[in-house]
Amino acid sequence: MKPTRLTRAIKPANNAAMGSSDMGIGAKGSRRSARGAIWATARLVLPLVGGAMLSGCISVKAPDKPIVIELNINIKQEVIYRLAGDAAQTIDKNAEIF
Amino acid sequence: MMSRRFRNVATALALGAMALGPLMTSAALAQARDPAYAAARSAGQVGEKIDGYLGFVTPPAPALRAVIDDVNIKRKAVYADKAKANNATVEEYALTSGCVLIAQTRPGEKYQAPDGTWQTRGAGAPLRDARCP
Repeated sequence: MKPTRLTRAIKPANNAAMGSSDMGIGAKGSRRSARGAIWATARLVLPLVGGAMLSGCISVKAPDKPIVIELNINIKQEVIYRLAGDAAQTIDKNAEIF
Repeated sequence: MMSRRFRNVATALALGAMALGPLMTSAALAQARDPAYAAARSAGQVGEKIDGYLGFVTPPAPALRAVIDDVNIKRKAVYADKAKANNATVEEYALTSGCVLIAQTRPGEKYQAPDGTWQTRGAGAPLRDARCP
């Protein structure tokens, strides 16, 4: 038993003569709905994009205080660990200047 | 090795003497600190900087400045020599020495904290660079 409402609302597609027109209508309908979805998405996203452009820009502010120790910042810890033992010996052997 | 080091020290001394006048003596070969340096260090007028050299906590008199500059010149000569032997840069060796020297400060002596401020060494561990061993 088929529900009559469905067959009445949409013509059956197995009719060869009506197939092309049915397909046409169907395709046009789906294209329209796809475009609608894009617009709906755009309508949702555009304010966000606009908001991001207006207020959400990443702002990099300079620190209030000057950075004191920029010197030696690229010296790696592993280098310091490697040299530490030798440096301690050097300091002991040259006590008059340390 | 020793003679080479003495020659370096002598060279540094000669350069220092030329630059700084007749204050330089042959005290560098002694194993004790220059009395003026020792006194200034105890008095908190000079302290150990992060970079491995001595710095002035308070504006120094010219005579003291000359003594401390001389010590720093000699330090740099030693750092350069040792850095070359260890395939490191002078700055790397000097910074490493700074770590050690700040750790070796005695209570009451001055040292430079990682933020650049002068601190007085207390009983506990000093504030040092995070990279220090």
